[in-house]
Amino acid sequence: MEIILALAIGIMGGSGVYLLLRPRTFQVIIGLSLLAYAVNLFIFSMGRLNLGRAPVILPSHGSNPAFYADPLPQALVLTAIVIGFATTALFLVVLLASRGLTGTDHVDGREPEQE
Amino acid sequence: MSGWLQHLPILPVVLPLFAGAAMLLFGETRRRARTILALTSTIAQLVVAITLLGMSGGLISAPWGSDVGVYALGDWAAPFGIVLVVDRLSAIMLTLGATLGLATLVYSLARWERAGAHFLPLSQFLLMGISGAFLTGDLFNLFVFFEVLLAASYGLVLHGSGATRVRAGLHYIVVNLVASLLFLIAAALIYGVTGTLNMAELALRIPLLVGDERALVDAAAALLGVVFLVKAGAWPLNFWLVPAYGAAAAPVAGVFAILTKVGVYALVRFETLLGDAAPAPFGGEWMFYSGLATIATGTLGMLAAQQLDRLAGCTVIVSSGTLLTAFGFDGYALTGPGLFYLVSSVLASAAFFMVIEMAERGRAIAADLLAVSFEAFGLQDPQDPRQIESVVGFPIPAAMAFLGLAFVLCAVLVTGLPPLSGFVGKFTLLAAAIAFEPGPGSNAPHPGLFIAALLLSGLAGVVALSRIGTRIFWSTERSVPRLQWTEAVPVTALLLLCVALAGGAGPAMTYFNTTAQYLEGRGYVEAVLPGMTVTEGFAR
Repeated sequence: MEIILALAIGIMGGSGVYLLLRPRTFQVIIGLSLLAYAVNLFIFSMGRLNLGRAPVILPSHGSNPAFYADPLPQALVLTAIVIGFATTALFLVVLLASRGLTGTDHVDGREPEQE
Repeated sequence: MSGWLQHLPILPVVLPLFAGAAMLLFGETRRRARTILALTSTIAQLVVAITLLGMSGGLISAPWGSDVGVYALGDWAAPFGIVLVVDRLSAIMLTLGATLGLATLVYSLARWERAGAHFLPLSQFLLMGISGAFLTGDLFNLFVFFEVLLAASYGLVLHGSGATRVRAGLHYIVVNLVASLLFLIAAALIYGVTGTLNMAELALRIPLLVGDERALVDAAAALLGVVFLVKAGAWPLNFWLVPAYGAAAAPVAGVFAILTKVGVYALVRFETLLGDAAPAPFGGEWMFYSGLATIATGTLGMLAAQQLDRLAGCTVIVSSGTLLTAFGFDGYALTGPGLFYLVSSVLASAAFFMVIEMAERGRAIAADLLAVSFEAFGLQDPQDPRQIESVVGFPIPAAMAFLGLAFVLCAVLVTGLPPLSGFVGKFTLLAAAIAFEPGPGSNAPHPGLFIAALLLSGLAGVVALSRIGTRIFWSTERSVPRLQWTEAVPVTALLLLCVALAGGAGPAMTYFNTTAQYLEGRGYVEAVLPGMTVTEGFAR
């Protein structure tokens, strides 16, 4: 199972970095979203991969940590997802404003000169 | 009364939060109510910050007894709860942030506040993020406060709109979003290896790690170092800084003067906590050499700048580089002088950005580019006063006199010329660097590099500032800028603070040196986790 998760994080991270370096703002925002997915999966995986364990304390199992999944990385992922929402929304607005003010969707605000 | 006083550490975070939220409820029409709320909140934050400064320095008796105040959020004890820690370093930075917030707020009330929507709430949230970042004792909480201040800064850098601002803002936003993602990876990796996010407990656990776990934490620390260096404006991660700070509105650029120092503060905090076992980016050679590279490129930028706002951005870069190099020395010899230089350079940069905006009013658009092309092609300026024989003298209006004097003072402060606090800061840094004795058997970089960089950057700053200053203030083709009292008073106050800092340099240096001695000890860890011992690095 670890290899699937590692491949997923790696592929999304690599695609995200590639798109981030592209010259059009839409590619940049998709790249940022893919990178955010990869990072969120990574944070979640820091709680170690388990099967069939929930971060909810059951009376039958008591307080032995071996029966539960680590809740802290899950809380970290939630925080990161929420912050990602807000910044993606803000960046979308800036993207549209840039398109409107500069007339082009190039990240530098002007088309590159033709050689 | 003492029950109320023990909640002081949370006030710098809670006051701007509620003030900003209340302002959003008021909407856009009740301007007077929002202005009063903003002023009250910022003045209250300044009072709280000064009180905390007095408490951590031992001048006022604190409800928590010792020098270090630990505030457990929700009364959950560390290391499982998030704590706010008020020690000398946090208190200094809090006071600095509150001062800058008040000065730029008063400046903005003249006209910049009306240039766009939601300036006052956004600046309150920015102050909340800055205060929280300085106070927190938890790594992920640091990330959250970084995000709060970054989100507010994204809104503020775009304030006033326009193609230049939006273009510079877009680059600023993308770079900082990527840095935030790296911060997340680093924080998660550190948690996954050590099992804790509390900074004091990390200081106890990380030195005990060996082998693979140590390698993972080193990798995470490298990412964390990159994040803080991006924030601090180190080369080659600082290409976003000059356009963003140059395009931003003047009060926004003024309060951004402290944002680079948040990155420097984070680096210093981790360096002092982790001590000798610190991973590579925190303290030592990496900070030293990246600081030197930053000073070098910032100096070149200063000399090459044709516009005043780009020059100001480059001076911020040079001051960041100086601080990185100073804190990158082995040991704590330069930490006290570095803190003095930090305070002086932040106040001077903020005043400088506001003076620039006032001085640029009334000048023709592209006047700088015209002047440069005149010089480059050897043409005679058609308004050259040497050609006019009938001129006896020009009357200097009060506004121009004030601006000229303020510009000269800012230039003196920023480049470190005597007799003001910039000089005192640079002098103490130079004296400590010359007297620096490396420990036995260390291959520490030579302090001569730092001394040379410091002096050359000062010289380049003098050259660049005097060249641009003469072009702005002594040109005949300009109209007198119109200033308001609410714009002149904060600039004057910041400059007078620098003068007072220079006059009271003795007590100030004593305080900063005591702070450096405290940072060298284990006072922070002892206060947050009293009596805790850790026998192994890995939690489970």
